[in-house]
Amino acid sequence: MTAETIATAQATAAASHPYNEVVPGAVLEATKTGLVVSPDRIVELARYLRDEQGYDYCSMVTSIDWPQYFEVVYYLYGAATPKDALVLRVRLTDKANPVMPSLTSVWRGADFQEREVYDLMGVRFEGHPNLRRILLWEGFEGHPLRKDYKEPYFEEESKPFKSRHPDGAHQWAEDRVPWKDNVSYPVGWDPDLWRSPEVQYRRIMGVDEATGNGDGLRTERILVNMGPQHPSTHGVFRMVIAVEGENVVGLEPEMGYLHRCHEKIGERNTYIMNIAFTDRLDYVSSMSNNLGYVLAVEKLMGLQVPERAEYIRVIMAELTRIISHLIAVGFLFNDLGAYFTPALYGMRERELILDLFEAAAGSRMMCNYMRFGGVMADLPAGWVERARNLVWNRLPKVMEDFENLLSGNEIFQSRTHGVGVLTAAEAINYSMSGPMLRASGVPYDVRRAEPYSIYDRFEFDVCSRPEGDVWARFRVRMDEIYQSLRILKQALDGLPEGPIMPPGKKQYQVRVPAGEAYARIEGPKGELGFFVVSDGKPNPYRYHVRAPTFINLTSLEKMTLGHKIADAVVILGAVDIVLGEVDR
Amino acid sequence: MGLEERLPDEGVVTTTLEQAVNWGRKFSLFPLTFGLACCAIEQITSGVSRFDISRFGSEVFRASPRQADLMIVSGRVSNKMAPVIKRLYDQMLEPKWVIAMGICASAGGPFNNYAIIQGVDKIIPVDVYTPGCPPRPEALFYAITLLQQKIQKDKFRDRAYGRQLAAEAARGQA
Repeated sequence: MTAETIATAQATAAASHPYNEVVPGAVLEATKTGLVVSPDRIVELARYLRDEQGYDYCSMVTSIDWPQYFEVVYYLYGAATPKDALVLRVRLTDKANPVMPSLTSVWRGADFQEREVYDLMGVRFEGHPNLRRILLWEGFEGHPLRKDYKEPYFEEESKPFKSRHPDGAHQWAEDRVPWKDNVSYPVGWDPDLWRSPEVQYRRIMGVDEATGNGDGLRTERILVNMGPQHPSTHGVFRMVIAVEGENVVGLEPEMGYLHRCHEKIGERNTYIMNIAFTDRLDYVSSMSNNLGYVLAVEKLMGLQVPERAEYIRVIMAELTRIISHLIAVGFLFNDLGAYFTPALYGMRERELILDLFEAAAGSRMMCNYMRFGGVMADLPAGWVERARNLVWNRLPKVMEDFENLLSGNEIFQSRTHGVGVLTAAEAINYSMSGPMLRASGVPYDVRRAEPYSIYDRFEFDVCSRPEGDVWARFRVRMDEIYQSLRILKQALDGLPEGPIMPPGKKQYQVRVPAGEAYARIEGPKGELGFFVVSDGKPNPYRYHVRAPTFINLTSLEKMTLGHKIADAVVILGAVDIVLGEVDR
Repeated sequence: MGLEERLPDEGVVTTTLEQAVNWGRKFSLFPLTFGLACCAIEQITSGVSRFDISRFGSEVFRASPRQADLMIVSGRVSNKMAPVIKRLYDQMLEPKWVIAMGICASAGGPFNNYAIIQGVDKIIPVDVYTPGCPPRPEALFYAITLLQQKIQKDKFRDRAYGRQLAAEAARGQA
């Protein structure tokens, strides 16, 4: 068969695709890794998929810079009734000016993710309600995830840098980089006089672009700025809130104050180097991040993980979930005014779990423990007994304390019931995940819907609550700790002896065959996904993280509207954000 | 036991004002509630019961820079955050000190690219650098004790001289 006949065969196969009968000309090609969709018909097709086919959950949006075209990738799932992934790919061949219609009108959860694609890759989304930079600052030149973006002091495409050790001797990279500092300024530009362009926040101020102040009158709407340095924003997160009196009438999250372009770094690193960087995404739950990343690369490599390593992974991931939820609950109370006492109780137990991590991995917080095919080191002697003591004796008592101290508290009850409500349909449409989604009455858990590792062997309940308010989110987190303990008991009982890595020599360089993989896990904060594209080289071609808290923030405005400004703090606390992951 | 037994009968100690003031200052550092990244979690941990930062007299974290005199830069400093940090530092009253906690704040750490400032000392003066990724709470305490030693040696005259230099520089610019 010649290339031409293959192309014709593909075209006819695509033309007869069932979706094309409903939306003619939408599917251009059906590949192994998804449907290539025409940008002109994608909104129509998306609406059909959402309404008729049950793909109501737009999990991840990302883009790839191929030499010939930009490819925007949408991962769709069903949340109301779990469905396997459907991948839509849009190829934009105009590399100078890539434009495609926005899908925010279909899935609101695409909002921030499309802004991120615009910010880092430079793809414009027509019809997006608020298309401006999200992670980088206004006035930034260029789009860093494009392959032709050369940053200042750019050295080489990928690590390890050969230029650092030319003859075994170290040299200052700055002295010999071929690009020099690689900085060019506009003519007559003075860094002292430069001010970043002011963001007007017209949308939340209700100011009409054409007529100025909507009704032509001076309204009483004022902007309140919270953050990035604010004790209750859980890090360097900024909320710009439009208020009328005490009532929130508009809210715009601003982030990116911790942005270091994890993905750009990841594309430059070798595969194994990235494991250490994933620790620093959601720095409260580094073990889960490790797990998500190694699962994605293992999918590409087709590795079989030994039984014992699988059990160890599950134990670590569930311990991490307990830590994360304890901290989330503690700091939620912090935001409510119970200054630091519940958080201190949570941190006290966290220390005990961190001791276990330190004994196994050598580091308290940045564990860097999982490897492709297994884990880094075996559990030391006595570890299992300590863990058993914690899981059987200590933590259940602590949970009892927490319930007695916190759950029945009257102030807590009155501040959280009916605050920040999201209905099930809204939560799905906004691509909420993790406890946020389950607190809105959608019992969707990746561990159950698409079991990874060995989660299909354990008995546990998917905790969900129908209320959809802050109280429900608190309750779901507490219930999940009980379920984690349940899983831990089964895993510690079933922990087999055996190897922790597949047979063969340990290697610093792994061979990853060309291809594409997306692995998602149920992280403590939501659905944590790692998207890896390999072209067979030692470094990933594209590396993207679906950060759950980043996407959970999409609905922050929706949840906060109509509440008092003091509730905004509580609602944000219940989202449980970690800025290392939000900003990446 | 303690100080009072070693005192002479009159209960009088002579020292320099400088020594006495510095002695007071070094045991009542008010850190700014200011967490950036991963190190901020260890910063919070240093306040919990196992480590207990109040043993070093600096447990009162203040949320407003105007009430704080110690800034612990706990994490990577991005270009977007840099103006904010500079502003916070400027809002703190003299005398004020800075601890660069962790390798990111000290020298950029593993994040060597366009988004991250390679060390917070490019924008504000740093007194103590703490290595580690992240440093353990004990490492932070060591940094605080080092800072206390530094404060004990603080010269009023140097501060006055520093202000004079700054004023001269400002006049020169104008």
